[in-house]
Amino acid sequence: MTRGAEIVFDHVTKRYPGRDVAAVDDLSLEIAAGTFCVLVGPSGGGKTTALRMVNRLIAFDEGDIRIDGRSVRDFPPVELRRGIGYVIQQVGLFPHMTVRDNIATVPRLLGWSRESIAARAAELIELVGLDAADGARYPAELSGGQRQRVGLARALAADPPLLLMDEPFGALDPITRSRLQVEVRRLHREVRKTIIFVTHDIDEAVTMGDRVAIIRQGGRLAQYDTPDAILARPADDFVAEFVGEDRALRRLALHTVGSLPLDACAAVSRGANGPLPRVGRDSTVRSAVSAMIEAGTDAAVVVDGEGAEVGVLRLSRAHELVG
Amino acid sequence: MDDDGPVIPDFGHGSSCVTDNRTFCWDWAREHWGDTLQPAVLQHLWLTAIAVAIGFVLAFALALLAHRVRRVEHPVGVAAALLYTIPSLALFQLLVPLTGLTTTTVEIALVAYTLVILYPNIVAGLDGAPPEVVEAARGMGLTRRQVLTRVELPLAVPAIVGGLRVAVVSTIAIATIAAFLLPKGLGYPIFYAIKLPEPFKTEIYAAGALAIGLALVCDGALVLLRHALVPWARRGRR
Repeated sequence: MTRGAEIVFDHVTKRYPGRDVAAVDDLSLEIAAGTFCVLVGPSGGGKTTALRMVNRLIAFDEGDIRIDGRSVRDFPPVELRRGIGYVIQQVGLFPHMTVRDNIATVPRLLGWSRESIAARAAELIELVGLDAADGARYPAELSGGQRQRVGLARALAADPPLLLMDEPFGALDPITRSRLQVEVRRLHREVRKTIIFVTHDIDEAVTMGDRVAIIRQGGRLAQYDTPDAILARPADDFVAEFVGEDRALRRLALHTVGSLPLDACAAVSRGANGPLPRVGRDSTVRSAVSAMIEAGTDAAVVVDGEGAEVGVLRLSRAHELVG
Repeated sequence: MDDDGPVIPDFGHGSSCVTDNRTFCWDWAREHWGDTLQPAVLQHLWLTAIAVAIGFVLAFALALLAHRVRRVEHPVGVAAALLYTIPSLALFQLLVPLTGLTTTTVEIALVAYTLVILYPNIVAGLDGAPPEVVEAARGMGLTRRQVLTRVELPLAVPAIVGGLRVAVVSTIAIATIAAFLLPKGLGYPIFYAIKLPEPFKTEIYAAGALAIGLALVCDGALVLLRHALVPWARRGRR
């Protein structure tokens, strides 16, 4: 399996004729191999333009974009694109092809053998959580979530080191969306591709990304850091406003209860206002704090998957986390 | 098959139905199937097939050109629409001084009409591929030609077959008028029977019904063709 590639935006600028403001303005970003990098910002801010310049669907005017040190301009566009996975919001599956044939698109272009294409399609159908029987279906027979799974499988088909995802979950209902978010994270841990992911949703950005690049209007980079660092120390007023006044709570959502130091169960068994709420070890600190506030306590009992008590989380630990 | 005209109905020796010129006489139709009606059906089918085939090739080539060079699309469409406003009989007459009373004259006119019907349908079909599908295809590294042959053309098939259905049915209808110039097709028995001192009803109705039947059969065949070519459009969401 191909691991991720390093991507470098080097002072990239794109101007559309007849517009005063640049679409992308002197953008420099270094994305280490295997990083899940999210470009987030207001709509129309140039994030999608930046993404589409990587596979040269849009040409840039100045600067350079390099993949593992090689400029994207050194490749013929068609060859470049065959080596980069591309997922878009409206998915764009080929309606006249079955799921399997959709997935087989790039391997066919690359001239893979019939057997390796069939094996790869079967493998991907399983990897993205579809039934083997779905392989023979047409896109019109699938739900929106299933279609985007196929879109993902199709993008991964030729095992590219880089995946570009342009608001892939923007058209899905909230439940399907959060389920796919979790699965794409899992997929990223498994395959370790470099992913550049565009969204306008800050919650999606901080939960999905290893690194988050906040792009402001005019395609200028406002801040590029880990989600935790961005929420803890917004670089300026624009970022602070964009991440929201509840950024402390958002930070709590980045950590699980089990990642914090817990006190022994015997230490506290009841709060002043009644029994302590019980929270799962894998739930976020944010939901644990929410449960404490609701119960009027300053601690919660932490339980494992079987419901056995493993310790007590004090509210003060959450204070330390964001303080 | 050039000079095989229909046989003159023999009023003297026919059944009483024929001699009384009643609305429809099965015995006449049975008796003259082999020498009048069947040859007319085959000629009619042949006139139609040639016209649709040539018209399709021309329309397809023009549509591909228009799909690639956008500024061609509109002028060709307008020229085609203007052509369609000329009454078919007038078009036949306009062509006679150039190409005479020949099959060529008939075919030129019929081809012109199929072209007019097929061209906009093929253009609409090629342009009808959803933009996100074309975007995904380009983003995956299909060349322009591959986008056309693997995505846009297959997705245009329903529109193209839809255009073919209209073209075939209307060509079958217009081809009856060709009998003004040529003793060919299902129009000939109709014109012949009308021009008799007492118009012979059975022959008119028989040829007319065959023209309608031919149109329905061809249309049905194209519906079946579409079903065979477009399996993906038949299955809906589970």
